[in-house]
Amino acid sequence: MTEAATQMLALYSIGVVSVLIAGFYCVMTTHNLIRAVIGVEILAKSVTLLLIVAGHLVGQLALAQALVITLIVIEVAVVVVAVGVVLCIHQHTKSIDSTSIRNIKG
Amino acid sequence: MISALDILLLAAMVAASVFTVMTARLLWSVLSLASTSAFLTMIMFKLNAPLAGVFELSVCAGLIPAIFISTIGLTQRLSPEALAQRRKDKLKRFFFLPVIIVLTGLVMSQVPLAVDFAMPAPAVGQDVQTVLWNSRTIDLLGQIVVLLAGAFGVAVLIKGSKND
Amino acid sequence: MFALLILVPLAGLILMNLPIGAALKRLAFPLALALTVAQSLLIACPAGVAWLGGGTLDHYFNFSLGIDGLSRVLLLSVGIVVFTTLLVGRAMLVGPRRQFNFVSLMLLAMIGMNGTVMLSDLFSLYVFIEITSVSSFILIALTRGRDSLEGAFKYIILSAVATIMMLASVAVLLMVAGGTSFEVIAAALKNSPHSLIARIGMGAFVCALFIKGGLVPFHGWLPAAYSAAPAPVSIFLAGIATKASGIYALVRLATYVFPQSPAVNNVLMLVGAASIIIGAVAAVSQSDIKRLLAYSSISQVGYIILALGCGSPLAVAGAIFHLFNHAIFKSLLFVSSAAVEQRTGTTDMAQLGGLGSRMPVTSATSAIAALSTAGIPPLAGFWSKLIIIVALWQAGFHAYAVIAIGMSVLTLAYLLVMHRKVFFGNVGEALAQTREASWGLLVPAVVLAAITIGLGVAMPYVVNTFILPISRIL
Repeated sequence: MTEAATQMLALYSIGVVSVLIAGFYCVMTTHNLIRAVIGVEILAKSVTLLLIVAGHLVGQLALAQALVITLIVIEVAVVVVAVGVVLCIHQHTKSIDSTSIRNIKG
Repeated sequence: MISALDILLLAAMVAASVFTVMTARLLWSVLSLASTSAFLTMIMFKLNAPLAGVFELSVCAGLIPAIFISTIGLTQRLSPEALAQRRKDKLKRFFFLPVIIVLTGLVMSQVPLAVDFAMPAPAVGQDVQTVLWNSRTIDLLGQIVVLLAGAFGVAVLIKGSKND
Repeated sequence: MFALLILVPLAGLILMNLPIGAALKRLAFPLALALTVAQSLLIACPAGVAWLGGGTLDHYFNFSLGIDGLSRVLLLSVGIVVFTTLLVGRAMLVGPRRQFNFVSLMLLAMIGMNGTVMLSDLFSLYVFIEITSVSSFILIALTRGRDSLEGAFKYIILSAVATIMMLASVAVLLMVAGGTSFEVIAAALKNSPHSLIARIGMGAFVCALFIKGGLVPFHGWLPAAYSAAPAPVSIFLAGIATKASGIYALVRLATYVFPQSPAVNNVLMLVGAASIIIGAVAAVSQSDIKRLLAYSSISQVGYIILALGCGSPLAVAGAIFHLFNHAIFKSLLFVSSAAVEQRTGTTDMAQLGGLGSRMPVTSATSAIAALSTAGIPPLAGFWSKLIIIVALWQAGFHAYAVIAIGMSVLTLAYLLVMHRKVFFGNVGEALAQTREASWGLLVPAVVLAAITIGLGVAMPYVVNTFILPISRIL
């Protein structure tokens, strides 16, 4: 039981961390506002996978799926608002390639 | 037990996510994001989580890319020269990403995370609907409120700007 | 019937948005205001809390909500700060549509915050923090000015990163505990004290909350968001939004869920002390009132986290008390800056001066807030800082206690300099016609100032009814 779980955890943790790195890289280095939102989406993919894997490992798939459904709904709301803000910025600057907003860390 | 299919699907998902980040065309990036979601859906089916998989497929591989594509349609106009320039920039900036990911993968496969905690007892005989309706009612309420907030976001940011 | 605190605002919101005539839309503002007053009064008197605790509504919906001393303090702050924000928004936002959207979004944020502080489940905590955040994003971007949009976007991205860390942590802790309720997780973490995976999970959540709470080194988004937001929204953000999500959750998890360990406490104290110092030092060099107050906010939140890291019951009680005080005096400072902005159109200190003679009430309440922030007796801020410093000293953290005292002096210095630049001196010609702020800003300013003074004077009562019970249950 624990042996199989450890193997699975080892495999999927590599996948999850790889997708996480891709997402973080995207968010931190991009100049493009839409691409930053896409980066956030990639990050969300990785945690969705992690939730399902966690649920599968400990036999809590019903709970994990319930959480994932809620998570997806919230994701949609956040993406809609983020895209709305990008569109408004575009109205002001006629660009989504703004370097003024580039430094996300402030 | 881990099968070759598990590894294949996982690798496909990682590759799709990396392509999403690295491609110069925003449109391809969005399509690749959708295929990341599609691979994730397959993994979910493989892990016996079909309901979440269906949600992922319809919302994250369907609705969200549609939102992105309409946004790109409203904002992007790139000449071929600008695109070529962008491609060059991108290659420079994102060259390290695959390298980092491969290195991380190697390190993590050499020093794998182990189950080092007391495994909790599995839940038996529950299905998603029961869990969602009976013990996660508060999350359902939260979903409604978040969607309302999203609707106000549209009203303030998108609808409002047309009126001015 | 704790669920009423969530369901009543939600029902009101839905009712207001039904397409049944404009009359209800006009009622939105008074109804929302009445709701905040009702919440504050209910929570402030023990009979109200007892009444909320009765009934079978929660059971009917399967909600597991609860109110303890900590939630009570937060719910009270939510009521007071949202009340303030609504009044200021009424006075400062232009156009009925925008006002209506503002009231609706404030109600949504209130649902989010009320839920956050009453829940006992890690994943639901994420859901309700996210409700507050999404409402805050839209509120920051409400006027669709360029700066506020950029501030909102920065906040969205950093907040999303924090959210992802939170969710990763939920997933990991689900794996360790087999559930997401606080009880189950606390028990599982006690069972596997040496698990690396469990530690990764806890670390990720704490880091995420550092981002949400705007603590050093993740504070970059905070001054941008606070200063770019419309004036009433800054009050809401600084007074309660980041506190009810980030700081509250940190206090809750560190004291009730995660096992006490010296390593975690050291990290908390280090981050707290760094926030105190960096926030205060950065505040000194600001020329914009709102940015100065934003950095001051980072510094004051640092006190809360420093005391939390100290871990003794007295210190945690002091932290919770300071959380409340901060909600009051920081809201009051932002109300003053809103008043100045309303009458002069700027918050740049270089262009201001001598407003004290033109705006006597604003000047006086602003001075009270500044003195309370700096910890001058007998105002409320003095007592919470005193408790924190005494607790630090008792626990043997003399260096941290000295930092806390030293930075209090610096706080006094930069706030007095701000006050002098804005309210003292000669009035320039451009500002000669300035009038006192409108009643919509004066009422909350006077109420908040009265709370600050009243709490300070009635300290023995407060200690016995609020602070000692909190430190006893820990």
